[in-house]
Amino acid sequence: MDLEQNDVSLEQIAILHNRFKQLSQNEETLRRDDLKTIQDLESNPIRSQIIEAFFDSRNFQNDGVGSVEEIGFEEFLTVMSYFRAPPQHITEEQREKIRRSKLRFLFNMHDTDNDGTITLEEYRHVVEELLSRSGALGRETAKGIADAAMLEVASISVGPMAPDDFYEGITFEHFLKILNGVEIETNMHIRFLNMDATVLCK
Amino acid sequence: MMPRLSSIVPESCLLIVVGLLVGGLMKLVAEVPPVLESKIFFLYLLPPIILDAGYFMPIRQFTENLGTILMFAVVGTLWNAFFVGGLLYGVCQFEGHRLVNVDLLSCLLFGSIISAVDPVAVLAVFEEIHINELLHILVFGESLLNDAVTVVLYHLFEEFSSVGTITVMDVFLGVVCFLVVSLGGIVVGAIYGLLAAFTSRFTSHTRVIEPLFVFVYSYMAYLSAEVFHLSGIMALIACGAVTRPYVEANISHKSHTTIKYFLKMWSSVSDTLIFIFLGVSTVAGPHEWNWIFVVATLILCLVARVLGVVGLTFVINKFRIVKLTSKDQFIIAYGGLRGAIAFSLVYLLNTDHFPKRNMFLTAIITVIFFTVFVQGMTIRPLVDLLAVKKKQETKRSINEEIHTQFLDHLLTGIEGICGHYGHHHWKDKLNRFNKKYVKKCLIAGERSKEPQLIAFYHKMEMKQAIELVESGGGSKLPSAVPSTVSMQNIQPKKSPQDRALPQLSKAREDEIRKILRTNLQKTRQRLRSYNRHTLIADPYEDGWNEILIKRKRMMELEKKISQMNNYLTVPAPAPDSPTIARARLASDPQAWGLKSLTESIPTIKVDLASPQSPESFNMVDEIGKKGSQSKASEEEDGLTMKVPSMTKPRKDKTANEDDDKEPQQRLMRCLSDPGPAGEEDEEDEPFLH
Repeated sequence: MDLEQNDVSLEQIAILHNRFKQLSQNEETLRRDDLKTIQDLESNPIRSQIIEAFFDSRNFQNDGVGSVEEIGFEEFLTVMSYFRAPPQHITEEQREKIRRSKLRFLFNMHDTDNDGTITLEEYRHVVEELLSRSGALGRETAKGIADAAMLEVASISVGPMAPDDFYEGITFEHFLKILNGVEIETNMHIRFLNMDATVLCK
Repeated sequence: MMPRLSSIVPESCLLIVVGLLVGGLMKLVAEVPPVLESKIFFLYLLPPIILDAGYFMPIRQFTENLGTILMFAVVGTLWNAFFVGGLLYGVCQFEGHRLVNVDLLSCLLFGSIISAVDPVAVLAVFEEIHINELLHILVFGESLLNDAVTVVLYHLFEEFSSVGTITVMDVFLGVVCFLVVSLGGIVVGAIYGLLAAFTSRFTSHTRVIEPLFVFVYSYMAYLSAEVFHLSGIMALIACGAVTRPYVEANISHKSHTTIKYFLKMWSSVSDTLIFIFLGVSTVAGPHEWNWIFVVATLILCLVARVLGVVGLTFVINKFRIVKLTSKDQFIIAYGGLRGAIAFSLVYLLNTDHFPKRNMFLTAIITVIFFTVFVQGMTIRPLVDLLAVKKKQETKRSINEEIHTQFLDHLLTGIEGICGHYGHHHWKDKLNRFNKKYVKKCLIAGERSKEPQLIAFYHKMEMKQAIELVESGGGSKLPSAVPSTVSMQNIQPKKSPQDRALPQLSKAREDEIRKILRTNLQKTRQRLRSYNRHTLIADPYEDGWNEILIKRKRMMELEKKISQMNNYLTVPAPAPDSPTIARARLASDPQAWGLKSLTESIPTIKVDLASPQSPESFNMVDEIGKKGSQSKASEEEDGLTMKVPSMTKPRKDKTANEDDDKEPQQRLMRCLSDPGPAGEEDEEDEPFLH
């Protein structure tokens, strides 16, 4: 387990271990159903994708693929470490590395069939999920938004295309480019993993 | 020469110089130059600027950095006030005969007035240098929020100086007072903001006065707060920030533009007047120059600011994720400009209680001049020299918006899994509360349920459509990105089973799509104008929509006409009367339907379901008969048109509305074209039912 840039302190590990035990009802492994019982996730529109991310071997940093049925504490911790804030004094290269790993996590969440690209269908699914809890607005708008977004990615990444060219899907490189403006390395973190003294709710 | 001058010297400096000249002129003529009366300043000149700032405040960045801003505003200002006041007293004691009778309280009062960073000056200078949003919001937010501190300290010291002695109890009461003033101001502002939002819910019939509500309620918030000695500036900011999301969902597009331009205009005018008056008052005002006092003030202010910023940043960085670098600290310290608020506050001082008021006035003017001229002028080259990150001019893309929302939900979810109720959790709770209760109350009609992503998307589409109209139409179809990439590039290749169908060249598909869209829009246009109940309350509002559609139609029609072999006498493109235009298109056989090219694309039966004007209908009739013969010799390959028998639609006039809707919907899904047709189809659903 590569904990280099994404180190979690001992105290935080202890706290997370407690939480893990709580969620898995004192068993050694965690299952999807255990996560589904969390009340706070009920109202989250992308609940299933978040839960899926915990069971996706691509996120375990050991070059695995496919999804698993249950995870141990080590995998739980690995996934959690994606949400660590970058340490203050790091080089540009390290910052880029952290950014890539976080964006890879996001990419994996979208790319459900693991073919290395986010196709139009997958992207549409993402937008539909986002809008799913927001009440009754037709699938048309979700589709329209996803289409517009794809168009944008295509034209930014590939530039002008002839009518017969075909844009397969968003690759990881394009994904990086399109999210250039969003400061992932600093935005994608949970404060809990940054402070030593935290107040945990049950 | 002029453009170069304005790139070196910020506008505020030039205005002060103008004021000086005007004042000088008036003195020469032996007139008494008007002074910037505090009443005028606080009641008329200041509110527009603050309202403009509050209304257009970027809420997201503000709340993300709220802790830092509050630290700077409250603790920083307090530190400045006491440091400057205390040391100045020390200097006065040391100095000599003329200064001995300046007592501690006066010094502290003076310190508190001069330590506040001025929003007007900061806005004036920072707007021109375009630094990155973080620094901008930090300095600007600080300048707004420190008003509460200034108000409290000012009144406190004023009271104390008449009383004479201070006790610990008084200090404690001072703290309480501060909380009351700031929170009270915010509450007052928020209440008025909610009232304004609520009122705007019902203004769909009186669109013209919508902007007025925003202005009136905000001004009342300011006045109410000032009457009770609460912080008027904070009330105004709270009102503007609270009002904006709800009011914008309710008011018409034109009202929105009006509000924006009125606010910008008023704040510009106020800004200009304030600086000119400052110049004039400098020439006019009673002065008492005292070298030591003035120089000491200046130096102490600068030193206090630097020390304060450095010290506070040290503490703040322990709690921040994005730390403030020393470059940032320098800019924050250097950007602490003083301005007209300080001047007006000193001007308000009573000469009886403060015998040295004129000296204070002189000192303040010197400090203001120094900060505005020296710091204002040099900050731009320094920003370039230090290579401070500038504001990114990129438009917010829809991908970024999607992912920002996605990230929000993701982080909230992870917090839930961790079991930690971090600020994402509370933000999410607030959003849900907002959506469930508040939006329902304050936003009219359907828009209360519109999620943010969709609102953003609509706004973007509208912006692009407006740009299209303004650029003269052209053959560009509005799409999310104006480029040669279109939907056909994104659509997945046809799967093997579809290959059995006759292949259409892409150009042909495009043409079909255009025709369909025109057709669908035409139908909608017809439906809309013949049904009185569907006339929107503000018909002028959709004027641009009509122009857009008409323009496109004209373009396409011309193209079609040039392509067609003319068996039919097609009249030359007539001037734009709607019935004639419609009739022309009605006579166009291509518009009347397509043969099923494949099993998957059904025939469009554009149902003449609504009452028709007789002429166009008859024309259709005639043409239809002719048309069935003409398309056999259509020049396009692979495309044969079959006009469905014209008699049928006539009989089915009143029925089959569902039929009409269905093929349209199927087509929509089939071709999945996110053009304006997609948008309008939604709106029109109720009509078609």
